[in-house]
Amino acid sequence: MSAIPSTALLQVRGLRKTYGDRVVLDSVDLDVHAHDVVCLIGSSGSGKSTLLRCLDLLEDVDDGTITLDGHEISDPLVDPREVRKRVGMVFQAYNLFPHLSVLDNCTLAPRRVHGLSKAEAETRALELLDQFGLAEHARKHPDRLSGGQQQRVALVRALCTRPELLLLDEITAALDPELVGEVLTIVRDLAVAGTTMVLATHEMAFAREVATKVCFLHQGRILEQGPPDQLFTDPREDRTRQFLARVLPSAG
Amino acid sequence: MTDTSSAGASGASTGAAWTPSLRELERRAVRRRQRRRSLLVASGLVALVLLALGVAVTSSPGWPNVKELFFSWEHAREAFPDVLAGFWLNVKLFLVCEVVILVLGLLVALARVARSPWLAPVRVLAVVYTDLLRGIPTLLLVLMLGFGMPALGLQGVPISGTFWAGVALVLSYSAYVAEVFRAGIDSVHPSQVASAQALGLSRPQALRFVVVPQAVRRVVPPLLNDFVSLQKDTALVSAVAVFDAVFAARDSAAYNFNYTPYVVVACFFVVLTVPLARLTDWLQRRWLARERAGQL
Repeated sequence: MSAIPSTALLQVRGLRKTYGDRVVLDSVDLDVHAHDVVCLIGSSGSGKSTLLRCLDLLEDVDDGTITLDGHEISDPLVDPREVRKRVGMVFQAYNLFPHLSVLDNCTLAPRRVHGLSKAEAETRALELLDQFGLAEHARKHPDRLSGGQQQRVALVRALCTRPELLLLDEITAALDPELVGEVLTIVRDLAVAGTTMVLATHEMAFAREVATKVCFLHQGRILEQGPPDQLFTDPREDRTRQFLARVLPSAG
Repeated sequence: MTDTSSAGASGASTGAAWTPSLRELERRAVRRRQRRRSLLVASGLVALVLLALGVAVTSSPGWPNVKELFFSWEHAREAFPDVLAGFWLNVKLFLVCEVVILVLGLLVALARVARSPWLAPVRVLAVVYTDLLRGIPTLLLVLMLGFGMPALGLQGVPISGTFWAGVALVLSYSAYVAEVFRAGIDSVHPSQVASAQALGLSRPQALRFVVVPQAVRRVVPPLLNDFVSLQKDTALVSAVAVFDAVFAARDSAAYNFNYTPYVVVACFFVVLTVPLARLTDWLQRRWLARERAGQL
């Protein structure tokens, strides 16, 4: 374990992940400082989701290190549950528990993992649900809600544990365009409030607006990273330019 | 190591050979140690528990008697040929019944989920059938059919007790299996039917090509449960004087005043059941691996 002191909340060095012969992530380096909003962009299959899953220790990495707050969490001796107490994750397909009400979805981890009492957990959850306009749905089951509402519930569920770092995996990719806005509004509010986030996204305009840093992934590598203004207007790499030309119809 | 997708890449260095870093090698060593330790703990605990059980049983006061009465080597050897011959009947009965039960059970389940008004009588019949047949103890069914049907003396109806005992097993188990299938069919998300119908498939087609294949995979574990149960319940045919393994064992036990043949039969049933369980486990893992490859 390298003992170099770092100010970054999350530090990724030389990360490698393979599935059989297929190299999904290759020599990925990434720094995430507190209050950063890091947007991962790139075409499907470029490794964005896999990177997020590695950061949450849902996948074993094949090489490289992930350091959270100065502690290496890619160490096999680290208990992943301790890490996940501090890191929240939201998935593309919401992954809410259909057998639990919205409120129970939100209070499960605070009560069972973080040891909050039912009353404490519910107060906190209701507060957040109210803040995100979901208070009236607290007693319903997730399948009764629209996609946008379900994804907002998933965000609330992740926030209920007060994570230091929030990982968002293409959370608007499964939503209708008109529902994308309501979810992004929340993410924007979180960004303004200083929440540290790493998000994979296809919403370029949104990435440009909220990101403090944008990373372009191509074939498992971070080909280019930088502040959104630089990366979107004056990319250094040809591949970044090609990708942006494809996804931003108006970009020159 | 090989980059398959960089065709036409302008000097991408992704193809460069990769050697694990020192940290990764260290990590692999730790993982190996962890695996070794858990293996050691697991095998140690299993050995300890087995030893404790063995000591507890063999040190009990009645053990010498029990040993002579249930675990006598000579009696086991003596009863073995008869039990084996009888067991062959159990196996045949089981194999034939299992196939018929699967078909009949699926048909009854499909009848219960049918929507067409024309099929309403079939649906009612299916409900009555499952309710009634699951309610009657299998042993009673075997006795009633095994003794009753041949006694009717109907022209062209088989009079073999084995045949009617088999029919009783089929009727009883099909009712259970139908309910298992129906639970599986109900567990397939409605969106699957919707997307099948959106492709222009009729409802029967949607059931046939989309719903039932998914349902069957989900219900394999409970089905296996029912079939293990059926294997054992083939022993019920001994109630209508069919010379199966249990009947042979009872015969031998009564003749020698020794219960060892029963233990022999039990071993036969276990030997039949375990490979089937492993086979289904393996099948399930293969399906899962194929369907969930690469995603969560």
